Amino acid sequence: MAHPALDTIACPDCDLPQTIPPLPPGGSARCARCHETIARNPSDPIQRPLALTVAAAIVYLIANTMPLMGLSAVGREATTTILGGAQQMWLEGSEITAVAVAFCAVVAPGGYILFVLSVLLAVRKPPAPPWVGDLLRFAAFMQPWSMNEVMLLGILVALIKISQLAEVVPGVGIFSVGILVVLLAAIAATFDRHMVWTHVEWADGTLPAADPYTRLGARIPA
Amino acid sequence: MSAEALGAASAGYVSCTTCRLLSRPAQPDAPGYCPRCGARLVRRRHRSIEYTWALVVAAAILYIPANALPVLTTTTLGSEESDTIITGVIFLYRSGSWFLALIVLVASVMIPLGKLVALGYLCLSVQRGWVRNNHDRAKLYHLVELIGRWSMLDVFVDAFIVALVQLKPLMSVEPGAGVVYFMAVVVLTMLAAQSFDPRLIWDAHPPARGRHG
Repeated sequence: MAHPALDTIACPDCDLPQTIPPLPPGGSARCARCHETIARNPSDPIQRPLALTVAAAIVYLIANTMPLMGLSAVGREATTTILGGAQQMWLEGSEITAVAVAFCAVVAPGGYILFVLSVLLAVRKPPAPPWVGDLLRFAAFMQPWSMNEVMLLGILVALIKISQLAEVVPGVGIFSVGILVVLLAAIAATFDRHMVWTHVEWADGTLPAADPYTRLGARIPA
Repeated sequence: MSAEALGAASAGYVSCTTCRLLSRPAQPDAPGYCPRCGARLVRRRHRSIEYTWALVVAAAILYIPANALPVLTTTTLGSEESDTIITGVIFLYRSGSWFLALIVLVASVMIPLGKLVALGYLCLSVQRGWVRNNHDRAKLYHLVELIGRWSMLDVFVDAFIVALVQLKPLMSVEPGAGVVYFMAVVVLTMLAAQSFDPRLIWDAHPPARGRHG
């Protein structure tokens, strides 16, 4: 199938075709018509997001295993974890809500971190095999449903509401979720998924060429 | 000026929605698959407006039980008390946290309603072929995509309160029937925003110049 030079892309928001000039490290380009950012050239597109993703994976495990908060009232105590929030919903008969909470709070962030981590590990040695593209697709699917920052605010509102009824103690989990929110935002800022496509072997067997507008493409022996 | 710049689709090119490779398929009506990433190529999201309308209408219907039914039921020593989203906001306001009350009010009431109105307006504007305010409509779409997730706030609040306050028989909190409808409104409006193709905003041309293909 015919295609123009790789530095010509259509804006994903308004479909205007345009040629992206070489970008300086850390630079980005905006669409000439709708002004949305259409290309980025992160100064360190693999190592930096990789370090952040490894950190996020560790913090994710801590956030999901440590208690989020504890409650003590009339001599009784209780604690909960992130998954505990979904579990109790399930037990109380709101199974569908429980599944949605578990997906947005646990599955989607975990999947996103796992897929981005595998993609970054795989593209270190180009050309990356085509299945890297599938992992990237999964990561892109998970991203809008990964709601750690919304959950963090939800936990804080829940804490304040419960504190009217009983004594609540914030746990290690809350602080871990806070750190995870910051790390996920940092991954989003340093990881450019379009960079990855320039490293992946094509579905039709073509090997990736040097990326024209980031100049960070794979170096393949001739 | 903006109307003179035409999209890639009108020039016979298809931009892959997955990897953004621009390619020129032999048959523009059946573009096949992306040579780079293997994803199915589409010029515009499949039946974008129909899907978006269907999801918006479904979410608008569910918005009624989501607000009318209780989201939490608190049992204290045998006496039951039910809270809807609005009474939950009033509770927060009365207990002195007017700022939190405002956050929950915005996230749970205003954002879902605003999304429904905004997506309905965007669909209508595309169906009518409006050519004005393209930049504003594109910004509105991005705003809807960006803030939509925050409506999930109340679902998380309810989940964690239910998880923690289980001190039977003294005091316990159960989820109400409204929470599942509310969650459905949030998920359906997010899906509606995902099925709307923002490129449609730019496809219409001013009538004075006539329609180009």
